[in-house]
Amino acid sequence: MLRIVNTIFRTGTLSEEIAPLSDDEFEALGFEVKSALDKRFDGSLAIRSVDSGSCNGCELEVNALANPFYDLARFGVHMVASPRHADALLVTGVVSRHMQSALLRAVESTPKPKIIIAAGECACNGGEFGVSYASCGAVQNVLDVDVSIPGCPPTPTDLLRGILLAVSD
Amino acid sequence: MDKAPITDHTNSAATNVVTQNDASDNWIDALKNQIGSGRITEQPDSDKLACIHWKVAANSWEIVAKEAHALNARWAAGWADHQLDHSGEVVIDQFSLFVLFVIRGRYVLVETQLENTQDDSLPEIASHSAFYPGASRCERHTSDMFGICFNKLDKSIDSRRWTRHQAWKEDEYPLRHGFPLEGHPRHRTPADGEYPFERIDGISVYEIPVGPIHAGVIEPGHFRFSAAGEDIIQLEQHLAYVHKGIEKLAVGRDPAALARLAGRVSGDSTVAHGWAACQAMESAAEIEIPERASALRGLLCERERVANHLGDIGAICNDVGFAFAHIQFGRLRELWQRRSQQLFKHRFMMDNVIPGGVVHDISEENATLLNSEISALIEHVSQLANILEDNASLMDRLVTTGYLSEQTARRFGALGYVARASGMDDDVRLHKPYPPYQDNPLNCPLLEQGDVASRLKIRVQEVVASLQFQRKLLRNLPEGPISMAFEAPVNTHGLGILEGWRGEIVTYVRFDHEGKIARFYPRDPSWFNWPCLQQIVKNNIVPDFPVCNKSVNGSYSGVDL
Ligand code: SF4
Repeated sequence: MLRIVNTIFRTGTLSEEIAPLSDDEFEALGFEVKSALDKRFDGSLAIRSVDSGSCNGCELEVNALANPFYDLARFGVHMVASPRHADALLVTGVVSRHMQSALLRAVESTPKPKIIIAAGECACNGGEFGVSYASCGAVQNVLDVDVSIPGCPPTPTDLLRGILLAVSD
Repeated sequence: MDKAPITDHTNSAATNVVTQNDASDNWIDALKNQIGSGRITEQPDSDKLACIHWKVAANSWEIVAKEAHALNARWAAGWADHQLDHSGEVVIDQFSLFVLFVIRGRYVLVETQLENTQDDSLPEIASHSAFYPGASRCERHTSDMFGICFNKLDKSIDSRRWTRHQAWKEDEYPLRHGFPLEGHPRHRTPADGEYPFERIDGISVYEIPVGPIHAGVIEPGHFRFSAAGEDIIQLEQHLAYVHKGIEKLAVGRDPAALARLAGRVSGDSTVAHGWAACQAMESAAEIEIPERASALRGLLCERERVANHLGDIGAICNDVGFAFAHIQFGRLRELWQRRSQQLFKHRFMMDNVIPGGVVHDISEENATLLNSEISALIEHVSQLANILEDNASLMDRLVTTGYLSEQTARRFGALGYVARASGMDDDVRLHKPYPPYQDNPLNCPLLEQGDVASRLKIRVQEVVASLQFQRKLLRNLPEGPISMAFEAPVNTHGLGILEGWRGEIVTYVRFDHEGKIARFYPRDPSWFNWPCLQQIVKNNIVPDFPVCNKSVNGSYSGVDL
């Protein structure tokens, strides 16, 4: 029991340091996203993230959105496991030819109206990999993209900025 | 089948300092005797490659593996390249094979030229996978990319395709000289529905297909489970979904462009792969980069190790529902990455390693700052680690889960923390130290239980060891330039071998007559750790797969290439 109390005590101390360090720009963007979602999306946005041929750098930053500094969920944006539950698809990486059908199936499974976001240099313009026997290059080469977020990889703040663009009028 | 011993984890082996073992020094002589020195032609470039280099005839290929296996050598990498004529020109459709063996940092590179085929049939050679099951996927990759058959007639050898799905035809081989980079793609490449998985039949045995798109934000790949009740009987992986043609894309690049590409073989290992490629190019050019450049590369690579371990420690705990650790370690990782952004202009330090050195220097003031940050982090991590170990319900989920015996780890050639949590002490930094590890010996933790708990603990210990190493490095940063001009060499090759955060990376680079890249082969540690995962999950329950998987954390992109 003492240990648990001790743990909780220490936990509290550790988390307190977070507040002063969090990112002002990110906060501001987050609240803009929140108000756009309240207006147009009944308060929340469900995103299905699909890696269609990334180097995994972009996934690390998408995952970082969930860490306590960013905690994207507090603005009403959450990642979902199925495209059928998603309002938006966040596509990272080039579209490898081996993933082309899987990506298109995920798009087909997402209910309309759906927002397609291409995140990262690869998804936007092919990046270092481009078009080849193995890669279709940018996401736009296989489906219509609504919002592009450049960066290799885009930072969590870049990603949020892109999400804001996707949900604003 | 491996069975997990019930051990008392609170008393697990403390940090072992691994020392050089002299007995292993003679293993290459022993190998030579066993193969027969008459069969071996020593190559003059051993100094440049920093390892012994032999050529053997194609009909000795099998005996090489057999004897190396008998001496307990590890099969570290295998790849193919085109043969060259005397002027260094590629001979169309004639191939050489390379294999790298090692015992405790003593590497030997063996090369053979495949014999000409009389007709249009594919060149054939003996497979090493009967002795080294970990070699199987590497050979299947070579087979798909070059059209080389490994023991075609032997039914016990797995000769199914590996990297090829439906993007190119069975009789096309993307890495052959004549295959155009753009290939002959269809408008929509069909899904790879026909992959011949191994099937297990039996009463109440059922299959669970997972992927390629997984539930979380992770890379794509297909897992086929055969289960009975809750227990996993077999897992079979089908990867290569994110095959981007990296080896082909490298051809014709200049050194700087190759470094950029290498930095994207696996984004979480961008420093390690970038460095390995640069090391290979620098070995080909026979140059030594300035001491300060090496020290800074070491710092970057160790920062990458710490960042990834911090993230994974939290994620492993999260996979059994212990959100506390996920939040705490996620926080430490984020702070760490922000510092990387500030000092090295990138949260993952991408493109910091360039041929000839590094891009960003570090001021004395910032070195002091990092040092105090490191001390604080050691403190934080140790405190958190105590909390984890004190938490009985967490340890109850992790102890004995996902057991990998040392024997199995050796059989598949496990690397990095997966190996070191199962009693295999391989570490390039220790056994074949390269600058800056030569001058700064490193503590190398070793555990023996081989379960998820050990793979968690070894990461905690590696974080601390790495931080201590960084502190030493920062206190003694050599003066001088951080890079030098790099001039591409012509008609030569080089090898890079180093310890990334996942384990040993081997990179081979060959330059053509214009100093452009003619061959690039990066071997990520995941080539061997993925097959280990298939062994690890046997007899575990399906719901424990995520935590087993996370404890190994193979890179998809790193093997899909
Ligand atoms: S944009 Fe950069 S980080 Fe993202 S997948 Fe492409 S290479 Fe990797």
